[in-house]
Amino acid sequence: MSQASRTDKAQSFDISTKTHYLNKVFQSPFYSRQEPMNHLKEWGRWADYLSPHAYTDSAMEYFACRNACAVFDLTPMSKYRVSGKEALPYLNRLVTRDVVKIKPGRVGYCIWCADDGQAIDDGTIFHLGEDDYRLCTQERHLDWLLTNTMGFDVRVTDETHEVAALALQGPTSCAALKRMGLSGIENMKPFDIGYFTFADTQLMISRTGFTGDLGYELWIDPQHAEVLWDRLFEAGQLHGIQPMGDVALQMLRVEAGFIQCRHEFTPAHATVRTGHTRSPFELGLGWLVDFNKPNFNGRKALLAQKQHGHRYNMVKLDIDGNKPARDSYVFTKNNKRIGTVTSATWSPSAKASIALATLETPHGEPGEEVLVEIYYQKELKWSRVMATARVVTDVFYDPPRKRLTPPADF
Amino acid sequence: MTSFKNKIVIIGAGHNGLVCAAYLARAGKQVTVLEAAEQVGGAAITREFAPGFKVSAGAHLLFMLDKNIRKELSLDSAGLSFSQQDMSTTALAEDGNHLQIAGDALQGANISDKDRLAMQEYRRFMNRFAGVINRLNNRIPPRIGTRDRSDWIGLAKTALNIRLLGKADMREFLRIAGINIYDVLQENFENPLLKGALSMDGVLGTNLGPRSNNSVFCALHRLSGLQGTAMPKGGMGALSNALANVAGKQGALIRTSATVSRILMEGDRVSGVELQDGEQIAAGTVISSADPKTTFLGLLGARNLEAGFARKVQDIRMRGNVAKLHLALDGVPEFKGLKQDRLGDRLLIAPDMEYVERAFNQSKYGEYSVKPVAEITIPSLHDDSLAPTGKHVLSAVVQYAPYRLKAGWPESKAAFMDQLIDLLAAYAPGIQSRVLHGELLTPVDIESEFRISGGHWHHGELALDQFLMLRPVPHSAQYASPVNGLFLCGAGSHPGGGVMGCAGRNAANAVLGTKQVEDHHS
Repeated sequence: MSQASRTDKAQSFDISTKTHYLNKVFQSPFYSRQEPMNHLKEWGRWADYLSPHAYTDSAMEYFACRNACAVFDLTPMSKYRVSGKEALPYLNRLVTRDVVKIKPGRVGYCIWCADDGQAIDDGTIFHLGEDDYRLCTQERHLDWLLTNTMGFDVRVTDETHEVAALALQGPTSCAALKRMGLSGIENMKPFDIGYFTFADTQLMISRTGFTGDLGYELWIDPQHAEVLWDRLFEAGQLHGIQPMGDVALQMLRVEAGFIQCRHEFTPAHATVRTGHTRSPFELGLGWLVDFNKPNFNGRKALLAQKQHGHRYNMVKLDIDGNKPARDSYVFTKNNKRIGTVTSATWSPSAKASIALATLETPHGEPGEEVLVEIYYQKELKWSRVMATARVVTDVFYDPPRKRLTPPADF
Repeated sequence: MTSFKNKIVIIGAGHNGLVCAAYLARAGKQVTVLEAAEQVGGAAITREFAPGFKVSAGAHLLFMLDKNIRKELSLDSAGLSFSQQDMSTTALAEDGNHLQIAGDALQGANISDKDRLAMQEYRRFMNRFAGVINRLNNRIPPRIGTRDRSDWIGLAKTALNIRLLGKADMREFLRIAGINIYDVLQENFENPLLKGALSMDGVLGTNLGPRSNNSVFCALHRLSGLQGTAMPKGGMGALSNALANVAGKQGALIRTSATVSRILMEGDRVSGVELQDGEQIAAGTVISSADPKTTFLGLLGARNLEAGFARKVQDIRMRGNVAKLHLALDGVPEFKGLKQDRLGDRLLIAPDMEYVERAFNQSKYGEYSVKPVAEITIPSLHDDSLAPTGKHVLSAVVQYAPYRLKAGWPESKAAFMDQLIDLLAAYAPGIQSRVLHGELLTPVDIESEFRISGGHWHHGELALDQFLMLRPVPHSAQYASPVNGLFLCGAGSHPGGGVMGCAGRNAANAVLGTKQVEDHHS
């Protein structure tokens, strides 16, 4: 099975047509549109793709997303097609949650583990149709996904390069899409998948995102990428549309309380040092682990963890002051070191210094007060502050419009 | 519903399955052994291959049978006896100037005094080192990385056994245990025939040449039974029958012609097995003497395992490279320069180490050896129950014969057979005219007859990376598998292949030592 999948992949992805070896990275199918808009020429790398850090000003990009709408290029995201008679049992052995509950036309968040119950990555499963799914994830995992095919009648193909994708996020996103001619978009509920005819092709849209706001993700054949970008920006002009890079996205996702691979955890298979990985329980994702399933990767180890306890708690911290607590150590009030900040930002919407942090158990109870050691610089002079922080349970920014169907019109 | 939880099903009535059954039945367990073949024994059987001619179809010499098992199960009173014990080896030379090896005594082949002395020293240290392995054979391998006291004690004991060799021997043990036998023999001896013969200890039954690493380890493993080479009276099947008698007397039910097609699961634990004819047998514990690939990927199915574990099982090196030749002979064959009284020896065709290595070379590229090596016995000389009066059977382990033959076995088998008879004829001229019937078991035949994935006799290459707590793979090396209620007891587990029985005995201990695991899935 895995052999066949490898061959299929080779056929559908003709490496000879690619020129990435010249500059070591792929350009997104949106590159011709991104490049002139990227005034800062600030490019980063996401897997084998160029991905903009910022186009003009990250703060403005952030505010575009919270107050109008912003576009983020998702093409570099790994996209794996999982299809065949046993696609469902295959996915159910792969991930910790029960995939039966993700109905056709719906998207579900999931996490998957190695045998030792340590997280490999998190992502989303798109239930496209009968026995047909797409798994989207930040890192590349083809080897692991093919390993998992052993014993299942299933095909796994890498379609990362065959699907161009944009995230359109923010309060006016629905209105912009409606103006673009996508009638009925307003009826889509969170985590719905919808199909629209666009430029004589099929445009798939999911009401999903990584910003904790109203938003959509648009999936299209790369040949139609440029026309999608053009039409989207044309329709979005009156709705304040802006392109957005990774720096703004980081602020948005921390406000939304979303964890991210390589920030809150490192992929189990790419982690060399013993004990440096995290389990779903240690990432606050125990609700995604369904022990009613008789077998899934990591089940035995997670069951033992459930019985004997886990090592860390992932928490949200509301920190006094306005200095972002990046990479800070976390202490108890008695100055005992109990953890580290994994992601931190000033939250313009919550008007607070916020962070995601990993604390050693039993620390991390809601309401617990801790100290965060923050180093900051003022005109080349370093200062240090032990800022008081509280463990909070609610996400830092949670607008009702995120869930509202139909969304408000603008 | 609860009664079946106390029942134990053992898949396969090979010698390890039977040993395990005997111990468990003796401890009062309700045991059913299911064997696919019509007779018990697995690859330790005696069967007719031509009218009136019988042969040990798999292993044909017994040199590792664990003495504890023989005693504890009173095998001698259950029908085990020997037609020949402490057999000598004769290394055949094409010119008839053969070398006889009996313990450390060497005779013939113009052997030098230097080699005679070297042989004494070689035997001394090899037997000492084999003793280290011997002490591991009867133990459930310790786990690495746990806080369990028994694991630490197990590891400490192993380290202590190595340390107790003394400084010089310990250093030598650590130096040679992982390297190749070619180098070690080259360091010690000068006679090519002697070196060729001794190198066979490191490569017989394996997928190794003398220059492959792990070949010293294989030689040590072979010696670790610390028993002389012997032939059970009535062939290897007699041992299996004795084991079946003991198991049966202790109350185990042994069913032949009962092919298990599937291991059944209920929630996250095994609930029994299903036979090919659809019959289901409920059991709370299933112990498989089938090889790990057949057990996990075939009978259980990778879907019931975690993916990382399934991949490790798939990656076990277990491709057979050995064939078995059986000839029905119209009379006693004559070997050039070999006296009649030596004809009953273990005869080797391995004239020098380069010859053996060259034979191995072809197999690396998917071809059978142009000039193969062989371990030959004529069991009917010692046991007249195996052939009609005046006639004889010849049984030979021949290598190399790769499981994945480039040209394909169906197309090549006859040609390889002819080549083997030509090889024999070079040492025993005229043997062709005495052959009444011949049978060749390639690794593919071994796979189908004995249901061993890849046709590898040892259910997995014997090597340091597939030994002790790494055999067959971590997380199933203590006989319990990651699946609740499923155990292994075959040669794929520690301490591996060779008709030894230790895997079966250790597995029984592991099963008896396991507390009933709570059912998490209700």
